[in-house]
Amino acid sequence: MTDTAPPPGAAAPSPLPPDAAVSNAALRALLHGLPGVDEVGVQARAADLATRSVKTTAKARAIDLAISMVDLTTLEGADTPGKVRALCAKAVRPDPADRAVPSVAAVCVYPDLARTAADALAGSGVAVASVATAFPSGRAPLEAKLADTRRAVADGAAEIDMVIDRGAFLAGDYRAVYDQILAVKEACGPAHLKVILETGELATYDNVRRASWLAIHAGADFIKTSTGKVAPAATLPVTLIMLEAVRDHHAATGRRVGVKPAGGIRTTKDALRNLVLVNEVAGPGWLDPAHFRLGASSLLNDLLMQRTRLSTGSYPGPDYYTLD
Amino acid sequence: MAEQPDRADPAAGTERAARPGGPHGTGPAPLGLEYAPAPESRAVVSLRPSYELFIDGEFTPAAGGGELTTLNPADEEPLARVAVAGAADIDRAVAAARRAYEGVWGRMPGAERGQYLFRIARIIQERSRELAVLETLDNGKPIKETRDVDLPLVAAHFFYHAGWADKLAHAGLGPAPRPLGVAAQVIPWNFPLLMLAWKIAPALATGNTVVLKPAETTPLTALAFAEICQEADLPPGVVNIVTGAGDTGRALVAHPGTDKVAFTGSTEVGREIARAVAGTPKRLTLELGGKGANIVYDDAALDQAVEGVVSGIFFNQGHVCCAGSRLLVQESVADDLLPRLRARIERLRLGDPLDKNTDIGAINSAAQLDRVRELARAGADEGAESWSPACPLPERGYWFPPTVLTGVTQAHRVAREEIFGPVLSVLTFRTPEEAVAKANNTPYGLSAGIWTEKGSRMLWTAERLRAGVVWSNTFNKFDPASPFGGYKESGYGREGGRHGLEGYLVHA
Amino acid sequence: MSTPERPAADTPDAQPHLAAAPEPGGPAPDRLPAGAGPARLAVRKTYKLYVGGAFPRSESGRCYPVTGAHGGHLANAALASRKDARDAVVAARAAFAGWAGRTAYNRGQILYRVAEMMEGRRAQYAAEIAEADGIAADHADRLVCAAVDRWVHYAGWPDKIAQVVGGANPVSGPYFNLSTPEPTGVVAVLAPQRAPLLGLVSVIAPVIATGNTCVVVAAERAPLPALTLAEALAVSDLPGGVVNILTGRTAEIAPHLAAHADVNGLDLTGAAPEEAAELERAAAGTLKRVLRPRPDEDWTADPGLARMTAFLETKTVWHPVGR
Repeated sequence: MTDTAPPPGAAAPSPLPPDAAVSNAALRALLHGLPGVDEVGVQARAADLATRSVKTTAKARAIDLAISMVDLTTLEGADTPGKVRALCAKAVRPDPADRAVPSVAAVCVYPDLARTAADALAGSGVAVASVATAFPSGRAPLEAKLADTRRAVADGAAEIDMVIDRGAFLAGDYRAVYDQILAVKEACGPAHLKVILETGELATYDNVRRASWLAIHAGADFIKTSTGKVAPAATLPVTLIMLEAVRDHHAATGRRVGVKPAGGIRTTKDALRNLVLVNEVAGPGWLDPAHFRLGASSLLNDLLMQRTRLSTGSYPGPDYYTLD
Repeated sequence: MAEQPDRADPAAGTERAARPGGPHGTGPAPLGLEYAPAPESRAVVSLRPSYELFIDGEFTPAAGGGELTTLNPADEEPLARVAVAGAADIDRAVAAARRAYEGVWGRMPGAERGQYLFRIARIIQERSRELAVLETLDNGKPIKETRDVDLPLVAAHFFYHAGWADKLAHAGLGPAPRPLGVAAQVIPWNFPLLMLAWKIAPALATGNTVVLKPAETTPLTALAFAEICQEADLPPGVVNIVTGAGDTGRALVAHPGTDKVAFTGSTEVGREIARAVAGTPKRLTLELGGKGANIVYDDAALDQAVEGVVSGIFFNQGHVCCAGSRLLVQESVADDLLPRLRARIERLRLGDPLDKNTDIGAINSAAQLDRVRELARAGADEGAESWSPACPLPERGYWFPPTVLTGVTQAHRVAREEIFGPVLSVLTFRTPEEAVAKANNTPYGLSAGIWTEKGSRMLWTAERLRAGVVWSNTFNKFDPASPFGGYKESGYGREGGRHGLEGYLVHA
Repeated sequence: MSTPERPAADTPDAQPHLAAAPEPGGPAPDRLPAGAGPARLAVRKTYKLYVGGAFPRSESGRCYPVTGAHGGHLANAALASRKDARDAVVAARAAFAGWAGRTAYNRGQILYRVAEMMEGRRAQYAAEIAEADGIAADHADRLVCAAVDRWVHYAGWPDKIAQVVGGANPVSGPYFNLSTPEPTGVVAVLAPQRAPLLGLVSVIAPVIATGNTCVVVAAERAPLPALTLAEALAVSDLPGGVVNILTGRTAEIAPHLAAHADVNGLDLTGAAPEEAAELERAAAGTLKRVLRPRPDEDWTADPGLARMTAFLETKTVWHPVGR
């Protein structure tokens, strides 16, 4: 199995300089010059890959890989420090009964709880991710978004999950989206930037591809499907298209941007289908928490139950797994 | 090419270890994602050691006592012995079909015929897993395809035609169209049960009775279908299955007691049949070979075009008459498309056809493998550049790796002759006119593909392609409601849809 | 047919006919009264082939005498050769893309124009078929009217046939799926030996209405109405090469057309029963669409669709439906 991706060719867009001198016309030319996406074709491909069967030992390893890729998330208005601390404990040791279970990749919280999470996770190797930029709608002045971001980083967030301005994107003001990402990226400092496209609001797969490239060119470390507050969220075809974008960008530039589907991934089967997509679309080079994450909350327990089922041969019950 | 555990030993349950370090070189070894063997169980199929002919509702030995052995092409192990029908058996089968036509089926109300077909469709659905496994064993095609494509289409075909049986007055063939009588039907090995459905469902719906000969290398699902006819209480003689090889087929086609010949197979044999039928009152429909062009314009949705090109030529190991065996790619996008195509082909998984993750199964027979090898070699000899993914082939069985020939010109044999295997010939073009001219520059005219995001260019191209089926921004899609068949030397008549009924009815 | 062949010549027939009293159904009067003056020596027509919109002689330089129903000599007709058939196929092929590419409405207009052109010459056609078949003048006129009306009938078909035999197919998936009829290509037509005008029109019109082009072998016994029809075709906006008419021995020309690899369809209506099977076998070499002869075809009956659908292909186009 080789990590083959097409080398730069005629239709692979040349990377734009990541600076503020890029005009909206240039961005438009780039994004609208991308090859189109046929909706039926991409859905058929995703459905075909969803028939892949991952069994026995391969399944066991894939489950552990999936656990290590989880961004364990709580993004509720009712979140409290107590809730976040409990989640952090779960993130570090997902199954108290089995020390062989890996920790998840990160805990994802609102910015005001980043400090709580950072304290709880200190020294654990599990990162703090914070949504920012007036999540989930993104409808706030840029200054507020930047303040939101800086504060989260200052409070210990190593990863920032920002939302793009979907209104600007849909209005064709790509420059505005691009500039905001650049600004947030700068505000992030050392923190990694995940750019949420909110694909459910972009409506078409062509838009998903364009938004992916826009975010990638603006310097995103990860592109992420959804906030989890809009349906549909992380569908397989959407993730597939985003994986194609990072694959093509890597082929053109050598830079490996990560992908994070989030929202709606609840079962082990969902997670494994995502891993199959990664494997067959972007390649094994992305099968690593540094380049692929699963934004989820209830998924983790299903992964743990399936893990038990594989190791013991018996079907487990939810009462044997911690709520958070 | 993604590797799978050596499928020559299906019992091997251990997974191949992930390669240390992986191909990326940096960082720790990626965990990777191998798919452990996921074989569909054979237990659902109970094979008998030998099978007899199905004539007049019963299994009956061949008069001559001859037999042939059908193999699993994936490991060359014998599956069963099958009777070889001779002239006397054909006589019996045609006579049984005639009796059934005149005595029962031809005069049965359409609604009742429809009921039988609905019943058959339901039984096929119920037994679909068994039939899929049996088809995969006998044919060598991946279980993924028999399970997800062949069997659903087989059932759909019977459902579709069941509904026509009492509506023939509305088929545009006059207020009271009449059946022809007895149909002689000869089908190929590439989609054994699906081709049976394409032949039998419309024939029965329109009130004809049939004598069908399946291909010599893939007779088993047709014999399973015979059991289904029994299970459905189909009146004896309405469906007769005679197994055998070319001689059996010739005897059936030449038999003076039939009113219709329907054949799917090679153009060469089609010609022979057309000659044999000439001068008789028999009706004839032929679904023959092809050399389909898949045209990729520079504005195509490239990732989906790659998928279409791959499914166009590698679906069913390229054993598809309507395969997109010629890729015509616009020169301005060739350097972008071809690397994507190669990368995609490297992901194909070749191996045990019963493994649920297998994309490419076995070549159906040693003879077919020889032909594919011979033509692929001819391509290289004529100067084309041959590429296949690193792809270990199982040691036993008939296997050929997915192959892409670039630098092919219209003059090369591989651009003109039907290979009927997983071999893609790549040609380039500069303008839409040139694409159409090259696509049409063949005596065949079965299928073609068009990939462009521009609607008017798609329609302009589709209008000019001399092919019976044009897939635009998709490929290898089939449906019982969609007429299928060729222009020029790809045959005549249509199968499927309202059009398909015309081959089995007299306008009245 | 055992009539002798003669070299083609523009020289007058060696057997002049008297003007005064033509036999019923016999040859046209050669001397006509010219007003009150002395009888005028008629200008006779030289019957030639109709190929590619022009009227060439046979490349072979041969012709054969055509006699009326009562045995009298009517004219000499070109005796087309294998090479004339080849040239006609080239002309038909060259015309195919353009004719098939016309709008259906335009093809209908042109077919109607043919009817208009024939209507004005009804008397001439009636005289010709009366001579050829030995029928009464009023019967001949009815047959001519039927032939004109047949053009009118088919003039209405080009823009309807696709709706009648094509249509949308409700496939079970997100695909637009449409079947449309398209012309088969170049069709070789052996015109019926009986009914030299109505039968001829009845086999040509359905073939070209749908966009095919054709090479017609006229009735061997009675080719003159076909050549007069060609004159109407030539002035009716029909592009050259859409209809090509050969005269001569059907049995000599037909095998070459049946085996010709650039001919896509073969209408055997005018084939002798003993030759039809052999022609069908020859046609199998390139899998031509073959319309078998039907004994005792009634040319006055409603023609139905069969003569059109025999030379139509069905093209089915799929396209995904998505955003």
